Amino acid sequence: MVAVIEAQQVSKRYPRVTALDRLDLTVGDGVTGLVGANGAGKSTLIKILLGLLPLTGGRAEVFGHDVTTEGATIRALVGYMPEHECLPADVSANDFVVHMGEMSGLPHAAARERAADVLRQVGLAEERYRPMGGYSTGMKQRAKLAQALVHHPRLVLLDEPTNGLDPRSRDDMLALVRKIGTEFGIAVLVTSHLLGELERVSDHVVVLDAGRLLRSSATTDYLHTTGTLVVEVLGGRREAELIAAALGGAGVVARIAGHLVEVEARDELIYDTVRDLTVELHLGLVRMQERHHRIEDVFRDEEAGRVQPV
Amino acid sequence: MSSPSETRPTGTIHDIGYRPYEGVRLGEGAVAWSLFRTGLRHCFGLGRSGRSKVLPMTLLGAILLPAVILVAVLVQAGEALGLTGQLVPYSRYTMITQVVISVFVAAQAPALISRDLRFRTITLYLARPLRRSTYVLVRLASLLVAVFALVTAPLLVLYVGGLLADLPPGRETKLFLGAVVGALLLAALLSGLAALISAVTTRRGLAVAAIIVVLVVSFTAVAAVQGIATEQEMPRLAQVAGLFSPYTLVDGLQVWLFDAVASTPAAPTGRTGVLFALTALVVITASIIGLLARYRRTTAL
Repeated sequence: MVAVIEAQQVSKRYPRVTALDRLDLTVGDGVTGLVGANGAGKSTLIKILLGLLPLTGGRAEVFGHDVTTEGATIRALVGYMPEHECLPADVSANDFVVHMGEMSGLPHAAARERAADVLRQVGLAEERYRPMGGYSTGMKQRAKLAQALVHHPRLVLLDEPTNGLDPRSRDDMLALVRKIGTEFGIAVLVTSHLLGELERVSDHVVVLDAGRLLRSSATTDYLHTTGTLVVEVLGGRREAELIAAALGGAGVVARIAGHLVEVEARDELIYDTVRDLTVELHLGLVRMQERHHRIEDVFRDEEAGRVQPV
Repeated sequence: MSSPSETRPTGTIHDIGYRPYEGVRLGEGAVAWSLFRTGLRHCFGLGRSGRSKVLPMTLLGAILLPAVILVAVLVQAGEALGLTGQLVPYSRYTMITQVVISVFVAAQAPALISRDLRFRTITLYLARPLRRSTYVLVRLASLLVAVFALVTAPLLVLYVGGLLADLPPGRETKLFLGAVVGALLLAALLSGLAALISAVTTRRGLAVAAIIVVLVVSFTAVAAVQGIATEQEMPRLAQVAGLFSPYTLVDGLQVWLFDAVASTPAAPTGRTGVLFALTALVVITASIIGLLARYRRTTAL
C-alpha cells in the first residue's frame, strides 16, 4: 500500500533561514499529529506537500504523487485548512463551501449536497446562512474545516485548527479531528504547538524542532504503561503506610509517595491483592490506577526545549 | 394528568453519519467556468450580502435610466418631433455616462480582486487543482464581462427602442454593433487597469480611491489639454492627448474604425488611429502580464 505521505531528505532553505533540514517522514492512515514550536517548519512542510512551495532538496510524495511535478493531482486529493484567516466576510458559509466544492471539481448539485452535509458534520447550523464576517472564531474555524472537507479528500492538512479557540471549542474541534480520521476514513495531518492536544487525538505523533525531525512514533509508544500502579486509600499518611506494609508482607514492592502508594505491578493478580488487603485492613480504597507516561514526559528528555507542554 | 409518553415527540432524528463522495469530479474547464460565473454574479452583488447589492444595482439603474427616457421620447414623440435617428448616438452614450462606469469599476474591481488577497482566500484557491494563471485570467474575465454588460445594457435598450420607433434597421444595427465593439474595448481597458491596481494595492479602500483617481483625473486632464490645444490650434497635440484616458482612447478608436460620432474635439485620423489601436493593445496586454506577474509572487500565502 502507498503511504499517505512519504518525505525523503526534504529541505527548504531561504536565503537567511533553513525552514526544513533533511526531513525524513512517513505518514500513514489515521490521525497524525505534527508538533513543533512556532517557526519549527510545520506550515512550510504543509505548503510543500500541497505542491505550493518548491523544495531546495530531497523529494516528497503524497499518495505516490511527486509534489514538484504532480501538484494539481495532489491538490485534488487533499483538503487544506490554513492557520490564518481565509474567509471572505460578505458571503455566507453555505454559499462559500458550495463554491469551494465546485472549485474542487464537484458539479453544482453535488457541491450543494456535500456542503450541507459537511456543515452539519462540523456543527454549523442555522448560522451557515449568515455572512461569515460576523462569525466567532469557533464558527470561522468550523467553516474553514468544512471547506477543506467538502470535496471528500483522501487527506486533510489541518494547520493549527485549535488556534484561538476557548477550551470548550477546542475540545469540540479535537473531537471533530478524531472523527475525521476514524469515522470519515480520511487521513489527517494536524499541526499544533501544544503537545497535550495531539496526545488525545493522534495515532501517531511527529515532532519537529527548528526544521529537523526530533521524533516520530505511534502515540501508544509514548503512552505505554510504566508498570506502576498508584493506590490511594481513605485517610492520610498513616493509612497509606498501613497498606504499604501489608503489601510488603505479601511480597509486593510498594513505596510511599505522599499520601499515595506506588506499587510495582508484575501481573494482573496485583489488583486482587490490593483489593483483598484493603478489605482486611478495613480501609477505604479510593483508586487504583496504572501510571502512564505522557508525551511531554518523553520529550522533556529529548531536548525539545521549545515545545510548550500544556 | 398526562403521562410522559403522550407528550414525547414521535419523530426520530437519524444520524446518518458521514457519507463519502464517490461521484464525478470535473476538469479544469468546468472549474474555471464555475469560478467565472460566481465572479460575475459577485460583481453585481448577487450571492453576497444585501449591502453589497446596493451599489452595483443602483449604478445599473443609473446607467439604464437615460436610455429608457431617450427611447420613451423617441417612441412616443419621434414622429411629432421629426426624429430620424437616435437622440444620443450609441458611440456617445458611454462617454456621457462615464462617471457611472468609473464608479462601478472602482467599486467592483477591488471587491473581486483585492478581496481574495485581503481575506487571503487566495490560499484556498491555490490549494485546489486550478492553475494560478487560470485563476487570474478567469477573475479578470469576470470583471471584463461585468463591465461590458453594464456598458452594453443601455446601448441594447437604445437599439431595441430604435427598432420599435421604426428607425432604419440596417443603419441602426451597424451603428449599434460598432458601439458594442467599442464597449468591449473599453471593458477590456478598464478591467485590466482596475484589476492590476486592485491586485497591487490589496487594501480595498485604497484600490477604490486609486482607480477613481486614475480614471477621473486622466479624463479631466485629457479633456483640458484637448480643449486648450484645440483653442490654440494645435490639432496634433489634441489628438495625441486622447491616448491618455481609456474613454478618449476608445472614443478615438470608434471614430477611426467605424466613423462614429466623436465625443472629443480631436478624434484621430489616419496614422494616429494606428497609434490609438496600438496603445489600446499594449495597455490591455501589459495589464494582463502585470497581473500574472503579481500573482506569481504570491507564494507567501
